[in-house]
Amino acid sequence: MSQLLFYILSALTVISALVVVFAKHPMYSVLSLIVCFFTIAGHYILLNAQFLAITHIIVYAGAIMVLFLFVVMLLNLNRETEPHKSPKLKFAATISAGMLFLILIAALKSTTLEKFSFPPPSTNGMIQHVGQRLFTDYLLPFEISSILFLSAMIGAVVLAKKEKH
Amino acid sequence: MEPVEQIVPLNWYIVLCTFLFCIGVMGVLFRRNAIIILMCIEIMLNSVNLLLVSFSAYTGNSDGQVFVFFTMVVAAAEVAVGLALMMSIYRNIGSTDIDVLNKLKW
Repeated sequence: MSQLLFYILSALTVISALVVVFAKHPMYSVLSLIVCFFTIAGHYILLNAQFLAITHIIVYAGAIMVLFLFVVMLLNLNRETEPHKSPKLKFAATISAGMLFLILIAALKSTTLEKFSFPPPSTNGMIQHVGQRLFTDYLLPFEISSILFLSAMIGAVVLAKKEKH
Repeated sequence: MEPVEQIVPLNWYIVLCTFLFCIGVMGVLFRRNAIIILMCIEIMLNSVNLLLVSFSAYTGNSDGQVFVFFTMVVAAAEVAVGLALMMSIYRNIGSTDIDVLNKLKW
């Protein structure tokens, strides 16, 4: 059952990621990126990371993708304004990405991963456990990330504000 | 929610994440629209997140999940600033085509 779910989710993830890259219209790219993020949240649930799955949906589908959709609509991007690279450059990009994939898979082939056997079902990913880790061992990075958010917020407002002439 | 039993080998997750990462790389090389390049960077970040979570699940150590949480925080901040930059560039140049932005090119 879980294996079948893994197959379906992986196929959906890869197809939607490919649609993001190859779609002619920027809006289709954004919409298929949302599908991609939801399937990755499904992978997190299969890996017993329930807290991360919920956070992933809230942060990515709820905040980041709304921001992307909003910007695509605001800039009025459509098929006519979409710039395209020459076919030669597209061919080169595909070949180089394929070669990177080959090299990474070859590196994986030469490593041994035998000690990672199937783990027993654990509750490590539940909000109770992760929250405990966040507020004890990782308290300082957690607080610093709030400062990072504040500075990103101020930076975004300053950058997007209309300049006075 | 009841924990799920893992019966998928770790190698499959590694191959899936590698493939997703390469799709992201291909998108960055392939497209000229800066917003879509940002989206491809998001795909790459997510593939690495998925790999961290799968290693965390297979080693029974939750450090990886906390790390993914911080990666999400940084990705959210990065997207906010990146899209604000896109808005500012669009206002000044009138397009988000990266081939127009060649003033700093040697």
